[in-house]
Amino acid sequence: MPCRQLIHHMEAAFPPRPSQRAIHAEYSMNETIRLSKSSSPGVAASPSFSQEVASTSKQPIHTCYQCGNCSAGCPAAFAYDLQVNQIMRAVQLNQKDLVYRAKSLWLCLGCATCSLRCPNNIDVACVMETLRHMARAEKKATVPVVEKFWLSFLNMIRTFGRSYEIGTMVLFMLRSLRLTTDVDLAPQALVKRKLGLLPHTHQGREAVGRIFTRFHELQCKAREGR
Amino acid sequence: MHLAYFPGCSAKGSSLDYELSTQAVLNALGITVWEIDDWNCCGSTPAHAVSTELSSALCARNLDLAAKAGADQLLTPCPSCLSNFRATAKRLEDPDFREKVNALLDTPCAETLPPTSSVLQAIGELVDCETLAKKATISLKGLKLVAYYGCLMSRPPELMHFEDPENPMLIERMLEALGAEMLDFPLKTACCGAAFGIPKRPLTAQNSGRILELAANLGADAIVTCCPLCQMNLDLRQAQAEKAMGRHFGLPVPYFTQILGLALGIAPQDLGLAKLVVPMDALLPKLAPKTSAPNA
Repeated sequence: MPCRQLIHHMEAAFPPRPSQRAIHAEYSMNETIRLSKSSSPGVAASPSFSQEVASTSKQPIHTCYQCGNCSAGCPAAFAYDLQVNQIMRAVQLNQKDLVYRAKSLWLCLGCATCSLRCPNNIDVACVMETLRHMARAEKKATVPVVEKFWLSFLNMIRTFGRSYEIGTMVLFMLRSLRLTTDVDLAPQALVKRKLGLLPHTHQGREAVGRIFTRFHELQCKAREGR
Repeated sequence: MHLAYFPGCSAKGSSLDYELSTQAVLNALGITVWEIDDWNCCGSTPAHAVSTELSSALCARNLDLAAKAGADQLLTPCPSCLSNFRATAKRLEDPDFREKVNALLDTPCAETLPPTSSVLQAIGELVDCETLAKKATISLKGLKLVAYYGCLMSRPPELMHFEDPENPMLIERMLEALGAEMLDFPLKTACCGAAFGIPKRPLTAQNSGRILELAANLGADAIVTCCPLCQMNLDLRQAQAEKAMGRHFGLPVPYFTQILGLALGIAPQDLGLAKLVVPMDALLPKLAPKTSAPNA
């Protein structure tokens, strides 16, 4: 497909600028993960980690042979500390701590380019999402600001049943203490009336609130059972 | 055919112009849709990032409302809502998963759910390009455009079933039939940076910047979009992308429905053109009524 070739040419023609490269790369893109380097001293690998990820995500993790296609197409690669092919390898090697420590898990844009281009049909984006779920369950979200944004958004859905942008922003600014988030956009957004000043009201909001209430109850029960 | 319609939250706020132009175009094409009562947010990315079951319960409530209203199909303009609906319908085929979702809902979700589609796909299926050209009163000749689909319209392909997942051509076919010159755009399914503009701005500024830069280098007059979040990142956040890339773009980013609407002779104010942050007023004088006979 000529378009696909063009994409590769374009990606080669627009490499990330030096200032946008990963600030702290523990591993270079092509470096194989060495077991001795990946664990903290005295910490063993978690034997069932790979299996748990495979069964939860329903993905054939073991078939990854490190072609690197996922990392090559990843639009967030420039910001990742551990590239997505390295995360796949670390999962195969049961390196749970290394995976949970990676900021990359939380910077994944969810675009699924990795899944599309995997020659072994691994839904890599699904593996990344599964890892986020598992890490959150152990309270190990290493980029809290991303999690704070999600939770602010969901709080609004729980309250109003539909998204309420201004409410999400205010809650996020308070939670993250980043009080100037996107203030540069406010004049245009307000002049063009891009933001509804008031939340939409509809009858379904209560039913949505009950979905969240049941969800949190079940989560609490699961935590107690663990 | 009973077509239910799910506008999605952005249609009532940040992408009011998409909603206006969608309604105007559907109306002009004689496609009748009916907005489902009392719909709720699909949960977007945050819900599935937190829990698959939560995300699917939020979607299932909407799908259930559409099913109980007897919809043959559920249309939404937003690729993210569509992706969540399709993923949910697929997951609900698993009885164990369905049980977990039903445990979150007031009443169990209907067994048979209507198929879901995007407004873009539905227009493509219901109105062929020849008919579209016949209905048009204004020629798009003189406009050089690129179509930008974003991630979710075509990915994952096994759910979205939308042409070649790395090279969809539907918008190109439609607008070419209306006279526009459509440029080959290699980044048409690249990621704009999604909702990271708020928590991690460089991810969005860098990715949107790359898309804007390529479109500008190709000499496009505008980037035509079909996703409310992509449009916001490329338009409202264009100044942030310009800062990241160190150059000025000034590229208008209309929705495909706004361009279709112009060709169908709908007035700019009925398409919400004034809501574009980077205005496309400079392009409007290029548009002229069709003079030649059809097929000429």
